[in-house]
Amino acid sequence: MAKEFKTIKTEIRLPYELAYGATWTKFFEGMENEIIYGTKCSKCGRVLVPARSFCPRCFVNTDEWVETAQEGTLTAWSYVNYSYFGQPIKPPFIGALIRLDETDVDFLHLIGGFDLSDFDLVRKTVKNGMRVKAVWSDERKGHVLDIKYFEPA
Amino acid sequence: MGRPVAIIGVGQTNHGRRMDVCYPDLVREAVVRLYEETGLNPDDIDGVVSGTMPSMMEGVALTHFYFADAMKAAGKPILKTETCGSTGVSIAHTAYYWISSGMADLILAVGHEKMNEGDSQATMTTVAEPFYQRYFIAGAPGVFSMQSQMWSVRYGLEEEKVRDAAAFISVTHHDSAFDNPYAHIKIRVSMEDVKTARVITYPVRLLDVCPNSDGACAVLFASDTMVKKLGLNKVAWVKGVGYRGEEYYFGDSDKAVWQSAVGAAQQAYNMAGIKDPRKELDVAEVYNPFTFQEMMFYECFGFCGLGEAPDLVLKGTFARDGELPCDPSGGTLCTNPIGATGLIRTAEAALQVMGKAGDHQIPGAKTALSHAMGGVDQFNGIMIVGSEL
Repeated sequence: MAKEFKTIKTEIRLPYELAYGATWTKFFEGMENEIIYGTKCSKCGRVLVPARSFCPRCFVNTDEWVETAQEGTLTAWSYVNYSYFGQPIKPPFIGALIRLDETDVDFLHLIGGFDLSDFDLVRKTVKNGMRVKAVWSDERKGHVLDIKYFEPA
Repeated sequence: MGRPVAIIGVGQTNHGRRMDVCYPDLVREAVVRLYEETGLNPDDIDGVVSGTMPSMMEGVALTHFYFADAMKAAGKPILKTETCGSTGVSIAHTAYYWISSGMADLILAVGHEKMNEGDSQATMTTVAEPFYQRYFIAGAPGVFSMQSQMWSVRYGLEEEKVRDAAAFISVTHHDSAFDNPYAHIKIRVSMEDVKTARVITYPVRLLDVCPNSDGACAVLFASDTMVKKLGLNKVAWVKGVGYRGEEYYFGDSDKAVWQSAVGAAQQAYNMAGIKDPRKELDVAEVYNPFTFQEMMFYECFGFCGLGEAPDLVLKGTFARDGELPCDPSGGTLCTNPIGATGLIRTAEAALQVMGKAGDHQIPGAKTALSHAMGGVDQFNGIMIVGSEL
């Protein structure tokens, strides 16, 4: 039996106040009002969602605001069945990339609205390319989780 | 192009759950082994570069200062390079650039991590921006599993075949780890064990995912002038380097054909003059924390065509006795002290072309590729080494 050595338990907690700036502020105001905002790039014409202050490809400001569709198709997904410290959403949940109609990037969010406890059932329900639509929370706070999840449409 | 650079020595810790040592002593274990192996000493070194994952992993910021003594770096130029999962290969690149530029002749490169001391996935999640994506990415397994899922559906791959191929990779790498004295996880697993293990992040199950490891790796890089001066003949010459990043937001770029992986490999192949990697490479150390993702890399690196990897895996093309053996060390799947992991890939590639890989030596290996990836599906780095200048 190897000798056991001592350990010390410690923790670091730091408070932050992070600035949203104008673009994120408007995006989250939209969330509070059941609107998903994107911005359109004047150069490449792509609709980016969530809204951006600039197009990462063209490096120009994107100041044309678009209310995106609240329905889309499923690009990719993963059934998350493990936990870590401070995890904001309790597992199991399904992280998903969703291509909202008439947009040009995938929107990362959750899919749900059905029984997630049995993985084999989930596997039968969830298919890439399936149509999904946003389900809003009754108590919205101007937060990305104002959309509870996207459910099969 | 700058001047030629070679790897002249490697030191690794015994990787695993190392609660028997404090973090600086773990780092020093690798550095001492490197000096014992090469017969050199810290006075010979012109500079030191090290790196880790984000500070939240162990709760100490700017560890290159914490480890200045363990790396015997006082009085020398010191750098830290940090690119998330690809940190290790970026450390190797930093050492290469430093010497190739003519500014140094001998550089100590050290990667290290002590993942068992904190919460690795909580740490990983801090890599994602805090307003929107952090809620959904679910650590490294979340995003990389989604990527693999996207890839298999893109190419219309039969789920059962992809599952079998991933299980084959798990079984063979776990077997290989027994031949690597430094590997962390040493267990025999069957295809059935892998396929019925608990789902972590679908399609990834417990035996498809790497462990949390504690470990460090130290590598000595030298100029061609220094190699001659020391009279060394068994060295690993750096033949090619490549690195690419992508746009930040997960969802903005196509991850099923991962462009940063394609671009990094192409840059390294161009520099090394490699046209047909499957034929010209003798061995590859692909960064493979997830079995499914390893197959995507085979395709992105041109080891086979898009969507072809599962068939070739099941034929044994990338097994130890196959046409292009991948991860004969057991790879990241069996050992993952993240800040060290990419540098371990480069170190293992170097050991192979120096003929010093011991029980997992690929006989006659002359050219080897090493790789690491990181970020929220964002970065890929490559270093190719060869036995001839």
